[in-house]
Amino acid sequence: MGKEITKEQYDKMVKKASPDSPVVKNCIKAFVIGGIICTIGQMITNIAAFYGASEEEAGTYTSVILVVAASILTGLGLYSKLGKFAGAGSIVPITGFSNSVTSPAIEFKKEGMILGLGAKIFIVAGPVILYGVLTSVLVGTVYYIFG
Amino acid sequence: MAKHVGKQSMEFGKNISIVSAASTVGTKEGEGPLREYFDVILQDNLLGQESWEKAESKIASDNIKLAINKAGLSPQDIDYVVTGDLLNQCCGSTFGVRGLKIPFFGVFGACSTMGEAMSLCAVLVESGGAGKTVAGASSHFCSAEKQFRFPMDLGTQRTPTATWTVTGDGAAVIAEGSEHPFIRGITTGRIVDMGIKDANNMGAAMAPAAADAIYQHLQDFGRKPDYYDYIVTGDLGYVGKELLLKLLKEKNCDISKNHIDCGIEIFDKELQDTHSGGSGCACSAVTFAGMLYNKLRKKIINKILFVPTGALMSPTSVQQGESIAGIAHCVAIENEGVSA
Amino acid sequence: MMDYVNAFWVGGLICVIGQILIDKTKLTSARILVFYVIAGCILGGLGIYQYIVDIGGAGATVPLLGFGFNLSKGVMKEIDESGFIGIITGGLKATSAGICAAILSAFVMALIFDPKEK
Repeated sequence: MGKEITKEQYDKMVKKASPDSPVVKNCIKAFVIGGIICTIGQMITNIAAFYGASEEEAGTYTSVILVVAASILTGLGLYSKLGKFAGAGSIVPITGFSNSVTSPAIEFKKEGMILGLGAKIFIVAGPVILYGVLTSVLVGTVYYIFG
Repeated sequence: MAKHVGKQSMEFGKNISIVSAASTVGTKEGEGPLREYFDVILQDNLLGQESWEKAESKIASDNIKLAINKAGLSPQDIDYVVTGDLLNQCCGSTFGVRGLKIPFFGVFGACSTMGEAMSLCAVLVESGGAGKTVAGASSHFCSAEKQFRFPMDLGTQRTPTATWTVTGDGAAVIAEGSEHPFIRGITTGRIVDMGIKDANNMGAAMAPAAADAIYQHLQDFGRKPDYYDYIVTGDLGYVGKELLLKLLKEKNCDISKNHIDCGIEIFDKELQDTHSGGSGCACSAVTFAGMLYNKLRKKIINKILFVPTGALMSPTSVQQGESIAGIAHCVAIENEGVSA
Repeated sequence: MMDYVNAFWVGGLICVIGQILIDKTKLTSARILVFYVIAGCILGGLGIYQYIVDIGGAGATVPLLGFGFNLSKGVMKEIDESGFIGIITGGLKATSAGICAAILSAFVMALIFDPKEK
């Protein structure tokens, strides 16, 4: 009989046996794709400004166009392929937010329009809106009192 | 009569024959190294069904019928069907066997289900209470991702330790008979939980259970690892295999020469980008019904210890911070019968 | 031309930070998005993020940090214009376009497409 291994010892064994993610390679891909998405955003902003949109309006057009484009790519099954390659490069931009709304909407529509698509559309993006709005109320409260 | 052997094992007195076996796999598995062994390779993983879940049930239904046909039987000849899958409340199996009109035991052992089903069928046959039985297990990459991880179209990266759920169904007709191979004994695994919480590293969660069951099996039957041509684990993958070999080495038990893992065999890691390997109920089920059964029939191999491994958990348990409990069931399969 | 270069490297760098978080901490993408939106909102409230936007342009506003930044910018603007009630209305008002576009396009796509296998 050999000795029993403790959970702590096993945890060490697991860490040793589990390959790490290729961080450098992933970061380069995330940098390039994330950079490209933002550059496209800059292009949309500049074009909107060229046609007379205010800075704020130009920003809004940029968000809307990127969101719709990412949603269409998600529907076509292309955004998941981009995500596999780019990782955070396509998660962190607002296009990733759009993908996180569209993908559950498509996946769960088989469970019905209300409890499927309707209820599950925000399984990934819901927390973003929830905690974003809560933080904005917190920031606003502090600003109102001290600002 | 069956005999209780050692601590966790059973040795059968009858010739419990695996009369036939059938395997149906998805497109990706059909491009893998084991493709020549599978009976049916799907062209479309949705099979013209409305949802992944319905597709999985259809695969299970068709494949169970195929296994019965290959034995030269029809569904009314079968006394029990014992199958399982990964979906909530075992729905993949339920709707798969719904139309077959065969008495049904639905079982859940996560990815160890095939081992559990074969064990139970062997016990049913040995008891004399059943003549012909069918053991089976199914899983579907898409329905499993949808239930356990994220929607298909969400753009995420998989970690290097993650495994790829096999799409398919493996089924075997088990009955008393004289055709090899035979189920000679079983060792039912205990739940072993070493505190792993990373659902993307299931090989690590299951390796201790596999080590425990294999060690216990060898102890109970008083055998050395080289008794078997292969000791075949279910879906430990590359990470789990390394851990299994290490854990057994600590107990002075070396299975490195004859150990293979279905999760490693079923995909080509480099070409198919499957990271740590295949997983899911179907992983061990189709590898057994495909390659292993074929090699046993042709007597290329004569003795195997088939050890499907399971990671017991639910999305809820993982979210509540529970660790992943491992299990493994050993089924000793030999070409030589009892009376021979 | 310089604004494109700046958008590229600032946006890319923000994504690299996210990638490091994913690879090193095993955080899921949902957690990364939450972290970014909270961070952007707080950095916006502290007045720090505006500097990053001044350098990076869309490189700073397109990532989710920019979404958080917009929430904070909106809430402070509304408070300046309408007082106390701005705490409640400001955040969502400023981000309504992005959220509504995401909901609308997601719904339409769900009507048209079925899930695609990876």
